[in-house]
Amino acid sequence: MSGIAGTFMVMAIIPLILILLYLLIQGISSISPSVFVELPPPPMVDGGGFGNAILGTVIMVSIATLISVPIGVLAAIFLSEYSGGQLANWIRFATNVLSGVPSIIIGVFVYGAIVLSFKTYSAWAGGFALSILMLPIIVRTTEEALKLIPQEVRQASVGIGANDFQTILFVVLPAAIPAILTGVTLAIARAAGDTASLMFTALFTQFWPNWENKLAEPTASLAVLVFNFAIVPFKNQQQLAWAAAFILVLLVLLTSVISRLATSKRQF
Amino acid sequence: MLSPDDTINQTQAVLNAENVDIYYGDFLALKGIFLQIPKNKVTAFIGPSGCGKSTLLRCYNRLNDLIPVFRLNGKITYHGQNLYDKDVDPVMVRRRIGMVFQRPNPFPKSIYENITFGAKLNGFKGDYDQLVEESLRGAALWDEVKDKLRQNGMSISGGQQQRLCIARTIALKPDVILMDEPCAALDPISTLKVEELIHQLKEQYTIIIVTHNMQQAARVADYTGFFNVRVTDEGKRQGYLAEHDRTEVIFQDPKEEATKEYVSGRFG
Repeated sequence: MSGIAGTFMVMAIIPLILILLYLLIQGISSISPSVFVELPPPPMVDGGGFGNAILGTVIMVSIATLISVPIGVLAAIFLSEYSGGQLANWIRFATNVLSGVPSIIIGVFVYGAIVLSFKTYSAWAGGFALSILMLPIIVRTTEEALKLIPQEVRQASVGIGANDFQTILFVVLPAAIPAILTGVTLAIARAAGDTASLMFTALFTQFWPNWENKLAEPTASLAVLVFNFAIVPFKNQQQLAWAAAFILVLLVLLTSVISRLATSKRQF
Repeated sequence: MLSPDDTINQTQAVLNAENVDIYYGDFLALKGIFLQIPKNKVTAFIGPSGCGKSTLLRCYNRLNDLIPVFRLNGKITYHGQNLYDKDVDPVMVRRRIGMVFQRPNPFPKSIYENITFGAKLNGFKGDYDQLVEESLRGAALWDEVKDKLRQNGMSISGGQQQRLCIARTIALKPDVILMDEPCAALDPISTLKVEELIHQLKEQYTIIIVTHNMQQAARVADYTGFFNVRVTDEGKRQGYLAEHDRTEVIFQDPKEEATKEYVSGRFG
């Protein structure tokens, strides 16, 4: 039995190993310091990089995190601490449905709601689309995290004269923070790699994010860069696509490692 | 020690239950309780599982308010004030009547913060270092933890955690301390330490302790209430206070046959 299970375990991690190895082999040769600071080159021109796409991804994921974390954590607090009953079940169901909505649909929705309204692609629209993607992950992981805090700890807090608000803010949330952080990093990893929603909202550009125009312009991202450059026939851009894919996976890996470090401090 | 003619009525009652019925929804869990808790004495609640002794204990600091279907008829007065009057703030009740739980449940914060948290909620203006030392000394824990006050409260042993919980309670300078099977999760040596502590604490505090361990009740309590269960005509289990008297009387010369059987270990 353990032999069979072991075999399948190996089969389960083979795809990850293959992807990492393949990206490493294909991407590592194109990685140089210049890829982090230079702009994407035209076809057939050597050199260049995707500094604007790294920055764009960081900006949009940050916007998405700033929107989704407060909403998601507060929603989870409501689900875990205040509501029992039917309403909570419906909210949980809605969250599950939302997490199942394909990202391209989210992209189209935000395109209609924000891009058409403001008549421009923007980092804001991209960040908003990613926040919708992150929200259900944050709600679910945070609710699980809060439920792991033993009821006795809440009773102890109430027992020494804390009210509901103080109990949640000073006792329950601090105790759950490592587990909540894990959920947030998971959501960030998911958002950083999403392509479809950004193609409808942030599009792509060869230029740096424009702060003077308050980011209300098409914005580059790693995921869309990989998509654009991987399907062109030009060798130099294909090489950059590999390099960008490698950096993207590295970023995601980095967030996962950080989340593991946070998790190791868990108390419940 | 108590003199032989020292009866309950001659000592001052801190808490007084007058014809208390406790319901969970329609279910009458505990019926017709009349009980006086004398000042600066230890009162033990003993009885078989499901007799409602913990339920009654949790009524004294309104911890049952957390249970939505809980309802109480009758009066519980604290120095003459009905705890269940509409204008009584349960938070204030809990600050005067502290609680120690069955399983040690320190906050997932440092030992120092475990003590100061309740004081902070109360707007304590004095010297926190002094409060921490006093409270830990009061719980006979100071010498064991004085060099690791910044360590997490959950990193110390179970017996130490329980004494930390007692220290946390006495840091609020309460009037009454409720203990819900405080030694149930502790080893014999830790149990002994907590029992010695209870002996010291009763000089300053009124203590009610729920215990399944009859030797413990005999060792620590001045008064003992024996709770029993009867089956109603509808076949439901209903708790009631069978007998309440000085501990020696309960253990050596009880008036009720059921008490005699219970304390001699023939049932329960």
